[in-house]
Amino acid sequence: MSDLRDLYQQVILDHYRAPRNFGALEPVSACAEGYNPLCGDQVKVYLRTDGDLIDGLSFEGVGCAISTASASLMTEAVRGLERPQAEALIASFLALMTGDGNGAAGADLGKLEVLSGVKDYPVRIKCATLAWHALRAALEGGDSQAVTTE
Amino acid sequence: MTAPASLAERERPAAAEPLEVDRLRESFPILRQDVHGHRLVYLDNAASAQRPEVVIEAVSECYRTYYANAHRGVHALSEKSTDAYEAARGKVARFIGAPDSHEVVFTRGTTESLNLVAQSYGRPHLRPGDEVLLTEMEHHSNIVPWQLACERTGARVRAAPIGDDGELDVGAMAGLIGERTKVVAVAHVSNALGTVNDIPAIVELTRKRSDAAVVVDGAQAVPHMAVDVAALGCDFYAFSGHKMYGPGGIGVLWGRRDLLATMPPYHGGGAMITRVTFKRTEYAAPPHRFEAGTPAIAPAIGLGVAVEFLESIGLERIERHERELLSHTLGRLGDLPWVRVLGHPGGGPAGAAVVSLAVDGAHPHDVATILDEQGIAIRAGHHCAQPLMVRLGVPATVRASFGLYNTHEEVDRLVSGLHEVRRIFG
Repeated sequence: MSDLRDLYQQVILDHYRAPRNFGALEPVSACAEGYNPLCGDQVKVYLRTDGDLIDGLSFEGVGCAISTASASLMTEAVRGLERPQAEALIASFLALMTGDGNGAAGADLGKLEVLSGVKDYPVRIKCATLAWHALRAALEGGDSQAVTTE
Repeated sequence: MTAPASLAERERPAAAEPLEVDRLRESFPILRQDVHGHRLVYLDNAASAQRPEVVIEAVSECYRTYYANAHRGVHALSEKSTDAYEAARGKVARFIGAPDSHEVVFTRGTTESLNLVAQSYGRPHLRPGDEVLLTEMEHHSNIVPWQLACERTGARVRAAPIGDDGELDVGAMAGLIGERTKVVAVAHVSNALGTVNDIPAIVELTRKRSDAAVVVDGAQAVPHMAVDVAALGCDFYAFSGHKMYGPGGIGVLWGRRDLLATMPPYHGGGAMITRVTFKRTEYAAPPHRFEAGTPAIAPAIGLGVAVEFLESIGLERIERHERELLSHTLGRLGDLPWVRVLGHPGGGPAGAAVVSLAVDGAHPHDVATILDEQGIAIRAGHHCAQPLMVRLGVPATVRASFGLYNTHEEVDRLVSGLHEVRRIFG
């Protein structure tokens, strides 16, 4: 079961059981929803910006341990970043998940590395990337339509 | 073309004899493999079952020795393919108690069968204000085709409620049937909960209150219990080959002959006509009217062999075996206070061997990954029954669904697998 321990690391279980920055944000600059029609997982990301500074980020939704922990870790990692840094981090994280050049986009993934075990479970990658796609949509101005993983 | 009497009838083992599961398992080559270092435990039969050697061989033999297009040529191979294809129709008719094999339409599967009824029976019979009555436990394939028909006709879809225990509220259903009801479409067995609906009772209350057609989604029933469409009394019955140990890409719509005869074609093309001019086309009689184009010939032949395979075992014995598996499963799961089983009220003696469950503190997808790592294949998700998930207040479930080749030891493997989930998430 060593593989499973790589996937379900304590940090992931901790963020699943006690997600950080969970709930709606008020006031909010933009929000976007992510939906995985395959499994029904859904996440809504709330973004507050001050110029280029991301000074508020939260999420809510229903999902598995991987998608919840990924969203929770994302809010911690992205809060306080400038927009270009956040965009670079999103690119790096998505690259890590898809195995494209081991995060070649350059940003330091830090704590997010705990999610690297997910790339060995191809059907679960969409769980880990759901909130990140929603964040990207929110940064692009929010959505009238939910982003989906399909 | 009257359905011939069953040849297998006399050879059938006594209904009381238990299944020799170990011997039966040897007929399924796919089960002889390890997944992630563990012997495969396949508990995703409600999604798709596996095929015995005889079915695989029948399809292979068709392609190797006598395949040609059916109903087209006068040459020897075409004649043999046509005979085998039509013989498969006869086997299916006999298997489900259809009075006449002309009532058996081959389709791609249950989904296409239900779309065919919705378009060819539903649309011509639906007027603005009319109603199609479904239930809250339906699979999307018995919801969306009716919504499509309703969008085009101004009719509307209604859903009969189920109780918290996953059982259909037949009293409430009766109250929803009236003269506006033109179709009552209901699952024989719920794919998500294993609830078995009392089709003769639903037919009776429908007939009393309306002239609606009763359409039954039998995808989850046909592999697991003896089905006799004449005894059920319904008007249409749909099912799939791949869930009953047959090939993929083939399914069946059974319909009452007098109704099929009045229905317009679903698809247009070759094989479904008697005469075509640019002014007018005369359609063939059922079932060929509904089988435009080259059909899935080898899969149909394989389905006929799957039917014989099931008959050679006996549906009563399969049903009893699966009921024992269900009872063992519910018993073992009942010992786990952190597992909640949906449906199956009172221990579920009346249900089918489909068990949806929730594990405290663990999302179904995580459960599925952890079980898969132990070689156990189950399904996690909404099971194409999103309205049911909403009704039960869960985003998704873990579903273990059994087939004739599953064993009590495999149930025990599932339970140990759930303990591993608990160890990680508890």
